[in-house]
Amino acid sequence: MIRCDRNVPVGSSKSGTPVVALRGVGKSFANDVVALERLDLDVWSGEFVSLLGPSGCGKSTALRIIAGLSEPTRGKVEWVEAQGAYAAGARRIGFVFQEPTLMPWATVAANVRLPLKLAGLAADAPARVDAALARVGLSGFAQSYPRELSGGMKMRASIARALVTETNLLLMDEPFAALDEITRFRLNNDLLGLWESLGKTVVFVTHSVFESVYLSQRIVVMTRRPGRVFTELSIDAPHPRDERFRTSADYAGYCRRVSEALACASAGTDEAPTGS
Amino acid sequence: MGEGRAKDEISPVADRVLRVLLPIAMLALGVALWELVVRVGGIPPYVLPSPWLVFSTLVSDRALLSASLLVTLTTTLQGFLLAAVGGVGLAVLFNQSRLIEYSLYPYAVILQVTPIVAIAPLLLIYLPQQAAVLACAWIVAFFPVLANTTLGLNSVDHNLVDLFRLYGATRRQVLFDLKLPAAQPYILGGLKIAGGLSLIGAVVAEIAAGSAGAGSGLAYRIVESGYRLNIPRMFAALLLLSLAGILIFFALSVLSHLMLRRWHESAIVREV
Repeated sequence: MIRCDRNVPVGSSKSGTPVVALRGVGKSFANDVVALERLDLDVWSGEFVSLLGPSGCGKSTALRIIAGLSEPTRGKVEWVEAQGAYAAGARRIGFVFQEPTLMPWATVAANVRLPLKLAGLAADAPARVDAALARVGLSGFAQSYPRELSGGMKMRASIARALVTETNLLLMDEPFAALDEITRFRLNNDLLGLWESLGKTVVFVTHSVFESVYLSQRIVVMTRRPGRVFTELSIDAPHPRDERFRTSADYAGYCRRVSEALACASAGTDEAPTGS
Repeated sequence: MGEGRAKDEISPVADRVLRVLLPIAMLALGVALWELVVRVGGIPPYVLPSPWLVFSTLVSDRALLSASLLVTLTTTLQGFLLAAVGGVGLAVLFNQSRLIEYSLYPYAVILQVTPIVAIAPLLLIYLPQQAAVLACAWIVAFFPVLANTTLGLNSVDHNLVDLFRLYGATRRQVLFDLKLPAAQPYILGGLKIAGGLSLIGAVVAEIAAGSAGAGSGLAYRIVESGYRLNIPRMFAALLLLSLAGILIFFALSVLSHLMLRRWHESAIVREV
């Protein structure tokens, strides 16, 4: 039996500038389902943070609230208008959905160009689209249609679209959940590479302990019904990380600690699974 | 397409040839049988004309019949275009404003469920004949376009809608860059139905107008030939009407294929 103990040391990464902060955020839906309750979360500039929790813990809802796609019923979302590079566009958000969410009638290039088109930024669009496609390794597929791509390539196109604007906050909602393990590992590596080279802030929602440990600097473990932060753990392993980290004893140790925290979070409030 | 191959174990080329040859062979067989029955039984042409007589009537009456065909096709095409523009236009309007949808949708349904044969005589009283015929073609054909387009506009992937919201898309951008492209397969499906229906609408109106006089379309020729017991010409006109319907369906299928072939599942030929 695991000893559940909420006094797990909180991460040491609370330094630097927060980009966005959730303060006492609650969300209930019309059918009386309370998705989130008093959720407090700071997202620090430049960090890679994962929201980890069982399905139905409201982690996707939290992400949608950050994105502005959903309004909190209580509490508020504070955007920190920082100085410097982010001052002008603190809210430039890229969002990667669980599904690739590409327009099937448009080519990959047209899909990636969409955010620029909607913003009326046509001037240097082709160059930026090319650059974004090159970053995710899809240069040769600009004129392909989404249905001609594999699942992993569609997800790459979706990431390219999220990166084509000058995004400083990248929100990802279980983007690799539907992919096979090999593709998933490769995309994990590529995502880390992009994060290291581009310096974006990433909020990554997942229900996979292994994925969250591999990717994140900080893991926020959430409870279910109502969804709130149970604890957070920092993963201090240095970047860049690669296959050696995935097979190291450190990695296994982190995974065990995070798994225990997740087990406690899942057991904590509501024993009987009531579906999602 | 694939099922037949799996069942009968024939090569793709042979399959394609058979798909064309078999219906033609069946047609030839049917026509030959018909000719034989008429000749052997000595059936008079005013009861059942032989295929050969129908064909020679088609040739001898070609001036009259082709003029009538042109009239009917023009009406059909105009009715179809009005139905396409009206159906898609109304669907977009309904999609943009719930109030307009609530106000008008029931009447669109009423227009659709009331049999056109019953409406046509009334229209002929209140409208000039050509306008009445056109109105009939339109009334019959616009509803499938409206219904299908409405369905298509409401079937957009919710995540894509969220994505457009996230990037601050205007209503106009959502309509033209998201909803209408997503509705394409549905619109084209509606148009395919509307093509055949606008021909039916035109024919019904011409028949209703027939007794009123000035009509000269193919359907009017059929009614007129019936009164004169010119049965071969009735058959010839019917044949032309049927060919016109096939032509319309084929043209719309080609259009649909051209617009969807790169991306929509319905137009993709899968390799097994």
